[in-house]
Amino acid sequence: MPIKSYVVHSISGKKEELITALNNLSQCEVVSAKNQDVLALVTDTANEQEEGILIEKIEAINSLKLLSLVSGFNTPQN
Amino acid sequence: MSMYKSVTNRRSFIKKMAMLSAMTAAASMFPGILFASEQEKGIPEGANLDWKKGPCRFCGVGCGILVGTENGKAVAVKGDPNSSVNKGLLCVKGYHQIMCIQSKDRLEYALVKKNGKYVKTPLNEALDIVANKMSETIANHGKDAVAMYTSGQSTIPEGYVASKLMKGAIGTNNLDCNARLCMASAVTGFLTSFGADEPMGCYEDIDHADYFITWGNNMAEMHPVLFSRMLEQKTRRGVKIIDFATRTTRSSTASDRSILFEPQTDLAVANAICYEIIKNKWVNTSFVEKHCSFSKGLTNMGYGLEDNYKFADKPEKIDFEAYKEFLKDYSPEKVSKYSKVSVKDIKYLASLYGDPNKKVVSYWCMGVNQHTRGTWMNNLIYNIHLLTGKISQPGNGPFSLTGQPSACGTAREVGTFTHKLPHGVVMNKKDREMAARIWKVPVEKIPSKPTYHATEMFRAVDRGEIKFIWTQATNPLVSLPKTGRYRPAMEKESCFVVVSDVFPTPTSDVADVILPAAWHIEKSGLYGNSERRTQHWDKMVEAPGEATADAWMFIEVAKRMGYGDLFPYSKENHVEEIYNEYRQFHEGAKHGMAPLEVLKKESGAIWPYVDGKSTQWRFNAKYDPACSNGEAFHFYGKPDGKAIIWQRPFEDAPEKPDQNYPFWLNTGRVIEHWHTGSMTRRIPVLHQAMPNAYVEFHPDDAKTLGVRNGENIKVSSRRGSCILPASINERGLPTKGQVFVPFFDENMLINDVTLDAFCPISKEPDYKKCAVKVEKA
Repeated sequence: MPIKSYVVHSISGKKEELITALNNLSQCEVVSAKNQDVLALVTDTANEQEEGILIEKIEAINSLKLLSLVSGFNTPQN
Repeated sequence: MSMYKSVTNRRSFIKKMAMLSAMTAAASMFPGILFASEQEKGIPEGANLDWKKGPCRFCGVGCGILVGTENGKAVAVKGDPNSSVNKGLLCVKGYHQIMCIQSKDRLEYALVKKNGKYVKTPLNEALDIVANKMSETIANHGKDAVAMYTSGQSTIPEGYVASKLMKGAIGTNNLDCNARLCMASAVTGFLTSFGADEPMGCYEDIDHADYFITWGNNMAEMHPVLFSRMLEQKTRRGVKIIDFATRTTRSSTASDRSILFEPQTDLAVANAICYEIIKNKWVNTSFVEKHCSFSKGLTNMGYGLEDNYKFADKPEKIDFEAYKEFLKDYSPEKVSKYSKVSVKDIKYLASLYGDPNKKVVSYWCMGVNQHTRGTWMNNLIYNIHLLTGKISQPGNGPFSLTGQPSACGTAREVGTFTHKLPHGVVMNKKDREMAARIWKVPVEKIPSKPTYHATEMFRAVDRGEIKFIWTQATNPLVSLPKTGRYRPAMEKESCFVVVSDVFPTPTSDVADVILPAAWHIEKSGLYGNSERRTQHWDKMVEAPGEATADAWMFIEVAKRMGYGDLFPYSKENHVEEIYNEYRQFHEGAKHGMAPLEVLKKESGAIWPYVDGKSTQWRFNAKYDPACSNGEAFHFYGKPDGKAIIWQRPFEDAPEKPDQNYPFWLNTGRVIEHWHTGSMTRRIPVLHQAMPNAYVEFHPDDAKTLGVRNGENIKVSSRRGSCILPASINERGLPTKGQVFVPFFDENMLINDVTLDAFCPISKEPDYKKCAVKVEKA
């Protein structure tokens, strides 16, 4: 049950687009910085395989510039 | 971890931690990054929060914070949008500060060592023991056998009652503080150049300057909110940041230009800049003629390495021609050879200062102050600004930054140094008379000679001269240089050690009595920040157990020692009563402090506070009502109204790399942790982001030594050693031949390795330069 956090950089001027795209993915939770083109992202998936698929989807988002892993936790559901 | 009350299960909690980790990582990449919505998000739904204002607990920037409390608990922190310091911004430490107070190992009750074990003791009994021991020591060994070592984190009222107790009631000058380790050179720099302590400008300079030149100063990590304000001006107005340092840091990479120099040679480069300014006729002649004089002092002063070292400078007036002659040794061509700064870069720096159409602010902190010639370095930066007349004007000025939240307000203004009084110094009869009048003690009670500065105070503990020492809000057995000497000294039977603190530390580990101190928001108080801003806050939450404000513990001990008449304060209103008494010391246009009712309403006020107004730029008649010479500028700290341009030479460091110890050791801080880490290491998200110290290598040195990232390395000097994991191409990049180690980690005590050499004038130690060898552990 991985929970991972990332720093996400958007392409200049496309932060809002990136937030919308990430919010459309149910396993993602996003907090946007107010004064930088940067988001903090937490992913919550059932297993590594699902996490891998999710990352592929995220990396396919056009407004994404860079996805950088910060931390990973593996925890049982609740 | 009850900060986020909406967290109801472990998984949600871990998600919250993961989000905070990402925010921390982003904050270290983008200083001043704002995730304010996250603060609001952590607040329980439907919560009825009471937001209370105050200053941040950590660095000397003095950001305004709003703490949200609910049902007597602090549950959220956000930046105060009304504070002109941070305009709603906070750094990662600021956001998470209240999380430490819920730490499981919080000191809630007094502990008294009995037969080698700490026994929980009612606070009243512990204070009896402290008072009795202090009185007994004075009776048996004299008043100079007791000492107090306080902090730039002590509040203004705490510093004030400490000074009154030691100097006014007991009658000893055995009072010093940890600001000696970080700010003393700034003080002596200001006093020697201007006769008045603390910066003449303010943070609003950031909004007016064209160039920022940072001297040995990693603001992106140490003063991130100010640095983010500078970056904002870079984006908005195209201002430039020039980083002049011995190590490539996050500040260097965010700057427009990074110029590296060989440790200690900043002295020579500063003189070379002055040489160029004069050679190119960039001197603001009318300013210098009207407002400056020239002096020289003694040279080859030594480094204070021996016990009982004494030094007194002998200033001598010189003229401009003599100063110009002295500078002939500092042509860029000559200085370039040993500073490793190119002639072109020296000339470039000089041209920025020399251009009359560019406004320049110089910032510095520990790189300049923690220097065996720290006072000289401060003088030299002032020389540059004085020669060009770029001083005391919006966007033009030298600005020495502080590291602690009240290094200025408490240590420097109240004066918790051995030589200081709340107004002036113990050596001055008029200052002693003023203190005696306000304190209502006979003037003879206040001794006229300073005794021990910080390093010498702990040497005196080692020598057995000090037999009782009380430390508050400080952790000297992690922060002193050469702790390998001072830890055994504090463990000696000859000295009774009292430690008041919020958490256990390596210093409290050697205490005979541990007093549980209230944390910042658990008491009312006042701090004074780097820009002369005094900020007040009201108590926001109750302290746990018997934890009590240090000021009140001092008062209780004073009463027990028979000095009750001098401390007639009430428990409920002592902060207000003490501040009102203290304000009398600074009455007048030069240092008037704002009334408490103003400070309660506003997010601080800058002294001199005159006719209901803060003074943002001192010594400039347009802004400063204390100017009285009829000219545009008046350096009224000096009897002749003139600032001094000092002739200060380059002199070598006391210990340089050699065959046996071939590397420079530089020590410092990281963004995640505050000083010795006793608070920030108890904040899970910060601890997780930076769990331990490390030794940073230049990649070429790592390659030569065959060192890989993470490999354990033993760093040794002639004094001690420390084992840490190697760090290559991670946080910072030291120059070749240098290693860097942060000092926040009590499990990797790099100060066992450092050298206790200090500036002979300020007595501030140099943590930035000593010789070490490195080997695989």
